[in-house]
Amino acid sequence: MKDFAYVSAPDVATAVRAITEPGAKFLGGGTNLVDLMRQNVERPDTVVDITRLPLDRVEELPDGRIRIGAMMRNSALAAHRLIRTRYPMLAQALLAGASGQLRNMATVGGNVLQRTRCPYFVDLAARCNKREPGSGCDAIGGFNRNAAIFGASESCVATHPSDMCVALAALDATIELESVRGVRRLPLVGFHALPGDAPQHETAIAADELITAIELPDLPVAARSRYRKVRDRASYAFALVSVAAALEVRDGVVTEARLALGGVASRPWRAHAAERALMGAPATEESFRRAADAELAGAVAQSQNAFKIELARRAVTATLRQLHLPGGAA
Amino acid sequence: MRVNVIVNGEAMTADDVWEGESLLYALRERLGLPGAKNACEQGECGSCTVYLDGIPVCACLVAIGQAEGRSVVTVEGLADGESLDEVQRAFVECGAVQCGFCTPGLIVQAHSLIASTSGVPEDAEIREALAGNLCRCTGYEKILDAVRLAAARKAAL
Ligand SMILES: Cc1cc2nc3c(=O)[nH]c(=O)nc-3n(C[C@H](O)[C@H](O)[C@H](O)COP(=O)(O)OP(=O)(O)OC[C@H]3O[C@@H](n4cnc5c(N)ncnc54)[C@H](O)[C@@H]3O)c2cc1C
Ligand code: SF4
Ligand code: FES
Ligand code: FES
Repeated sequence: MKDFAYVSAPDVATAVRAITEPGAKFLGGGTNLVDLMRQNVERPDTVVDITRLPLDRVEELPDGRIRIGAMMRNSALAAHRLIRTRYPMLAQALLAGASGQLRNMATVGGNVLQRTRCPYFVDLAARCNKREPGSGCDAIGGFNRNAAIFGASESCVATHPSDMCVALAALDATIELESVRGVRRLPLVGFHALPGDAPQHETAIAADELITAIELPDLPVAARSRYRKVRDRASYAFALVSVAAALEVRDGVVTEARLALGGVASRPWRAHAAERALMGAPATEESFRRAADAELAGAVAQSQNAFKIELARRAVTATLRQLHLPGGAA
Repeated sequence: MRVNVIVNGEAMTADDVWEGESLLYALRERLGLPGAKNACEQGECGSCTVYLDGIPVCACLVAIGQAEGRSVVTVEGLADGESLDEVQRAFVECGAVQCGFCTPGLIVQAHSLIASTSGVPEDAEIREALAGNLCRCTGYEKILDAVRLAAARKAAL
């Protein structure tokens, strides 16, 4: 780890001023940044500690939306009554991530901006366009068992590893950003970039912006929702494929559907094609499979991850089936 | 920089601390508390688990500046002098310790689980709570026995 200056910000105004220093980075729970600094993948000159900012609450806004402070710890958010009852898929996604200790540390803002788990990204001896633009990509044709099946490019096939963001994508969450230049809001869907020919550009955030909050719309369908994560072992592993789904069925017909996939792209993958296929369809196993097929039709495998396409198809179908069964919702 | 931390109830100060140090390093190398162990330094094994303001964390990923003014409890702080905490005693009695490297982290994490549940937690709950603590020796069965025993004794109090 290289030397750096450490600044602890007591308030947002100090934080957004401090980050304008060249080479400055925000430090949330540190579960990703400290690890990457130790491996010399991240080499900030100044670290601006934001964990003391008073942004660690869940608030219900007058219009029914929910505002989550960006410093809220993942475990505290998962345990919050409003999240558990109104957005169960989000509570489940948070609890499916990392370990108890890490969830106690990880913040909501840090979770959104966590970096990929592609093994070459942290291997300084490997070629990686994300870490070192123009150097090449050792994952293509190399170890790519957990690579993307949607939206990959010839420069990068990495996935975004967050569980939480998959639920946020399905829920149409909004990200609030603040800098010395002001405040802006962006939809979470589309916030994470596809790699194209510049995989080093991972999100729409500017270098001087702080995530201050995540907002969730008032979304009744989300009360019947579920997060299903498929991984190599039952707990404490990143997703191979995950599914966040909410379903509303009236008189046997799907009247509303929300679906997003994790572990499959450089962004949480909102499954618009599957949602369209579900709308108005009878709530049957066959419709669920057809919706999964509609989404997976666009999937492209790397040399080692073709299994993910079938796995995703089955995970989508099973999650919808589970939601539709009486008592099947969370 | 200078760092002030309350460790196991006692106010402690360390000077000339490098910004890049972790809370784990400071505890072990500067404050004379080798209980929390350094095995992976990546958040993967849980052997460095300590309470930070009452919540278990991986001390290896806590930048030392983040601990300033906060309260830390390590495995050393759970015992009352020579008298072991209920969880520590159960680990000894159940043979849940082999090489012992994972033990301090497991004890802090199990202590937190038992403190936050009433009665004896279900096996699935224990397994999930301890998922971030890796043990290469015991096969976990005796550890589960120890957690159940400690929880049962606390519930009977
Ligand atoms: C062993 C291990 C297993 C894991 N397993 C999982 C898993 O199964 N599922 C999963 O989803 N995640 C998993 N994670 C990842 C974990 O969820 C992330 O590391 C965590 O959410 C990051 O949050 P943080 O607050 O610690 O971020 P930090 O490490 O503090 O920061 C991460 C990045 O975000 C930036 N940042 C932080 N907060 C802000 C903000 N408010 N505004 C602007 N920039 C900000 C930082 O500058 C840095 O670039 C795992 C991590 C580890 C170490
Ligand atoms: S897939 Fe992306 S992150 Fe992985 S080596 Fe290639 S460029 Fe780097
Ligand atoms: S040493 Fe901290 S988790 Fe392994
Ligand atoms: S007793 Fe040796 S690692 Fe657990």
